[in-house]
Amino acid sequence: MSILHNVQDTGRIEVIQNKLKRENSLTDTAFLLTITISLFIAIYALSIVFLGDKGFSKIQMFFNLFNENAALIVIACGLSIVMITGSIDISVGGSTALICTACIVCLNNYGFNFFTSLMLALAIGLTFGVVQGFLVAYLEIQPFIVTLAGMFLGRGLVALIEVNQIQVKNAGFEMLSGARILIPFLGDINKKGVFIQSKLEYGVIVAIIIVCLMYWLLRKTSLGRSFYAVGGNPQSALMLGINVKRTKFYAHLLCGLLAGIGGFLYLFHTRSGSVQQATGLEMDAIAASIIGGTLLTGGVGNIFGTLFGVLASGTVLLIVTAIGSQDPWWPQITRAAMLCFFIVLQSFICSRKK
Amino acid sequence: MSRNNNNLNSNRSALVLKELIRHRLFIPIAFLAFLLLINVFINPGFLGVSLGRDSSGNPVLIGNLINILNNAAELVILAIGMTLVTASSRGQDISVGATVAIAGGVIMRVLCGNETQPTELHAPIIVALLLGCLAGMACGAFNGILVSKFNIQPMVATLILFTAGRSIGSMAMGGLKPKAAAEFGYYGNFIPGFPIPTPILITIVVVAVTFLALKITNLSLYTRAVGINDKSSSLNGLNPALIKFLTFVILGLCVGIAGFVQASRVQTVNPYTIVPGIEMDVILAVALGGNSLSGGKFNMTGSIIGAYTIQTLTSMLTTLNVNTNAVPVFKAVIIIMLVVIQSPIVKSFLGNKFTVLKSTVGDGKERG
Amino acid sequence: MQDTVLTMRGIYKSFPGVRALQNVDFTLCEGEIHALMGENGAGKSTLIKVLTGVYSKNAGEICIKGINKPHIKSPQEAQKLGISTVYQEITLCPNLTVAENLFIGRTNNLFVNWKKRNSRAECILQGLGIPAKPAQQLSSCSIAVQQMVAIARAVDMDCKVLILDEPTSSLDDQEVAKLFALMRELKSRGVGIVFVTHFLEQVYEVCDKITVLRNGELVGEYQIKDLPRVELVAKMMGKELGDLAEIHNKTQSNTNDSKEVIIETEGLSSTSGIKPFDFTAYKGEVTGFAGLLGSGRSECVRAIFGADKVTNGTLRIKGEHVNITTPIKAMKKGIGYLSEDRKRDGIIGDLSVRENIILALQVMRGFFKPFTKAQAQAFADEYISLLGIKTASADTPISSLSGGNQQKVILARWLLTHPNYLILDEPTRGIDIGTKVEIQKLVLKLASEGMSITFISSEIEEMLRTCSRLIVMRDLYVVGELKDEDMTQDKIMYTIAGGETQNVQKQ
Repeated sequence: MSILHNVQDTGRIEVIQNKLKRENSLTDTAFLLTITISLFIAIYALSIVFLGDKGFSKIQMFFNLFNENAALIVIACGLSIVMITGSIDISVGGSTALICTACIVCLNNYGFNFFTSLMLALAIGLTFGVVQGFLVAYLEIQPFIVTLAGMFLGRGLVALIEVNQIQVKNAGFEMLSGARILIPFLGDINKKGVFIQSKLEYGVIVAIIIVCLMYWLLRKTSLGRSFYAVGGNPQSALMLGINVKRTKFYAHLLCGLLAGIGGFLYLFHTRSGSVQQATGLEMDAIAASIIGGTLLTGGVGNIFGTLFGVLASGTVLLIVTAIGSQDPWWPQITRAAMLCFFIVLQSFICSRKK
Repeated sequence: MSRNNNNLNSNRSALVLKELIRHRLFIPIAFLAFLLLINVFINPGFLGVSLGRDSSGNPVLIGNLINILNNAAELVILAIGMTLVTASSRGQDISVGATVAIAGGVIMRVLCGNETQPTELHAPIIVALLLGCLAGMACGAFNGILVSKFNIQPMVATLILFTAGRSIGSMAMGGLKPKAAAEFGYYGNFIPGFPIPTPILITIVVVAVTFLALKITNLSLYTRAVGINDKSSSLNGLNPALIKFLTFVILGLCVGIAGFVQASRVQTVNPYTIVPGIEMDVILAVALGGNSLSGGKFNMTGSIIGAYTIQTLTSMLTTLNVNTNAVPVFKAVIIIMLVVIQSPIVKSFLGNKFTVLKSTVGDGKERG
Repeated sequence: MQDTVLTMRGIYKSFPGVRALQNVDFTLCEGEIHALMGENGAGKSTLIKVLTGVYSKNAGEICIKGINKPHIKSPQEAQKLGISTVYQEITLCPNLTVAENLFIGRTNNLFVNWKKRNSRAECILQGLGIPAKPAQQLSSCSIAVQQMVAIARAVDMDCKVLILDEPTSSLDDQEVAKLFALMRELKSRGVGIVFVTHFLEQVYEVCDKITVLRNGELVGEYQIKDLPRVELVAKMMGKELGDLAEIHNKTQSNTNDSKEVIIETEGLSSTSGIKPFDFTAYKGEVTGFAGLLGSGRSECVRAIFGADKVTNGTLRIKGEHVNITTPIKAMKKGIGYLSEDRKRDGIIGDLSVRENIILALQVMRGFFKPFTKAQAQAFADEYISLLGIKTASADTPISSLSGGNQQKVILARWLLTHPNYLILDEPTRGIDIGTKVEIQKLVLKLASEGMSITFISSEIEEMLRTCSRLIVMRDLYVVGELKDEDMTQDKIMYTIAGGETQNVQKQ
């Protein structure tokens, strides 16, 4: 009994020590999340102060950030999940392009309506997820190679279906896609002094729901925790009785499904499709995840971080276009610079961990 | 005992046959031969080469084979660098297309300055080439530092330039789309009076230099050693990080040369569309050449043959009126097939019989 | 006194070409802490892996709580039967919370009530006196606490047999004490604990019984009080006390004719954790580092070679002060190092025998001066015939050679660099007896030609046969130096065991 007491005594000291340690620890998901959120708030606040005349002072600008990035948010969620599991998927841009073109062709020529085209989008996304997941999880092929092939396959298939840029010509779809939610009490006063209510696209609602759903999945379910376990240390996960291969497969499956939804939202927003559509989308999604605190090495990440990652990089792009609009190369270079910064930062964090 | 020996001998001959089939060059050569055969089947005159004259009356070689050899130049040059990077870093550089755009952009800027239609070149071509190579090597060094110093997976590290490269190329050109004077075009087309396309000559030089470099330096040994086992390598006095870095810089040099050839072909560069999707082709060439994409041993000859194979496939698909944008579909399918065959799981599943054979021979050896 | 919880009878296990376990018995009672001891290759880990379902045994029977279990197919099944293992490396997920680590992977239930789980985890942790909070991220706990959480998980899964495989190797003294307190607590709850460690002190501190294995065979099971340390060492090394038969015909090497100092260290220590040590190696002499596995014998020579980062102390080569930071510097100063783990740190698997042989010399020669193929072939041929390496050709990949021949290739690699000082770290591990003898002879021959050699081996007999001076290590400290008439098995074992010399003399 006395031994037990002793242990508890030293235990208390240790808990305190651990608390200190934890506060200093850079590896914590919460730490990276805090960085991202404060980064976003700081950037946005600064741009309101310094670039207010370029539109940042308008409330609609903030909502547009969501309107423009709804698809990206959903796709980035999928990428965060595969990255948390320690894998990666760069085929999402290709599958998005394929979904857009395939759905438009079916909407225009084969009498598809909103729901059947949604089903088609989900089916395409799922197919990508299942095939890539199988190759990565069960055949243990490098995810990068598999999904690189997936990316080229997606874009190539677009060209096989339709070479030219096409537009949706389907009244029902266009009506739904044109619909906006008017936000009560919020809005801007335009030059003529008329109050215009802020508008939000329906896609944003879907994106927000999915973010919440994925947050719940990752935080509160066994499957979600298994993603973290597998990404953190696959050997340990195996020893803890987790089916590592199946978990990886599910991660890719989920990413494919979310890419399907995201692709459909993309179509819903743009209403057009082409071979070059959504070029570099995979990159944006990966960058958003990384900026949002998802470690490339797996095991660490937060869906809300990803959401703010998308918003932060979206804001940076808006700023870049607001400042140097005549040079078309700055957005991509800025993105890459941000990505580079966060990748190197992560590398430092990882080496500190060791 | 004698029966045992017989058994062993028959096993050995079976092994020799297996060895032949499993020879590192078997897959690339067989596949190239197969593609050429299909081409001949489609177009019986496929292999013909004739001497013709171009618009200005200079003698030029014409023929499908010449076209393939000509168009494969960039691919071959890049495949050489990619082979080394793959071997040492156990990953691939996916930024080669984007960095070609950077090198090309730098070359055009050096040659044309700020004019869009300069009548004469602003700098000697050799200076442009050197600066282009320097730009490529700088990109390689950037990737190399991320990979070797910061221990980032090669594909992730190169994702950065993959994103930014084409924009940087455009920035290097100052947003202009200049067309350089005609004499710059000699290097991507023909030198007047000489019938062989210059890119073929450049390829020959690069390949020759590569093999010479592999012979007079320890590049090959060091790269393989580091790729196979970097722990052992460092205990043998090697510096794995330095060697990985070096291979990325070499790939950067290849990028510079490829950018030069590509820019010279039409004497202009559109950074956003130059060599689209070439990273995929290059990786495919390396894989087709019998190289494991997870590093270690490499086979330079295989990669070069692989590059020509890819070019043959591309031009065949073009002859068959497949849209350029749809060509990647076929390549994607091939690369997936290749990695599936290479995957250890599939190998052990298919190779059970072979392992049994091998182990009996191995036992025999030990007993002897 | 207690019920037996686990009995293993007549366990046989062989791998292609190797008998790993032969007729091994093992018995574990409820509420006892049972040490499983043995040197490298004794079969400890094989036995544990048979028990936990990683390997399937060839013959023998396993009874758990009196119920015969013919086959344990997987670690998961072993866990269900109540056999849990905690390994040296933490096999938990550091990025999850403590509670998650306790419960994940135990059910297929997709939805989890984490609140309930957290309170349950709180109970378990408190019950065992583990200083951790359920919602705390595991990586923020110390290694010792992580180990305890792993144990708590095992306990909560209702384990009857708990296997601790070298749990203390990365813990400091305080942490070890905490772990022992937990072990005693579990013992009082009736859990049978199998404790594998290389630290003798710890065995005597916490264990009740000892089972010793050697070369895959059972040496015996002993009560802790019946087996003094030195006898335990003797049993592990396979030598009876007072067995002096071989030592008389030992060849003393000719250290007296030349006393030129080759290597001299003063207070050298490295990041690997060895305590500062002094060491001198003379020309034409074979020195040895003796000690049990994990005693720091490899770490010493790694510090000399620059393979681990040196933190303190000085190194002189032939009297000249040198600063060795990387292996290449050591190589250029004439030091060669054949590393301990052949597969991981020695061979370069897919490269040919020829390339493996010339590698070190080639690296020393420089990047722009490759050997021609003919030169390389000549070197390879020379050493293939000199060392009698059995290989189909010099082009054969080294990975397809047998272990002994691989080792000879690595030896050839270092001989080719003509070092003044050659370190051989376990050169004879896992290779056949014939090759072992060849290597020993070669070592003596090289020394007589004037090379200074350091030889490390787990087999004491081998050390006695080859070395003329032994540095003895225990728990990362140099605890003694033996030479001439002091170099007897008894003396060595006394020194390794430490502190109980008198105890034995009384008997």
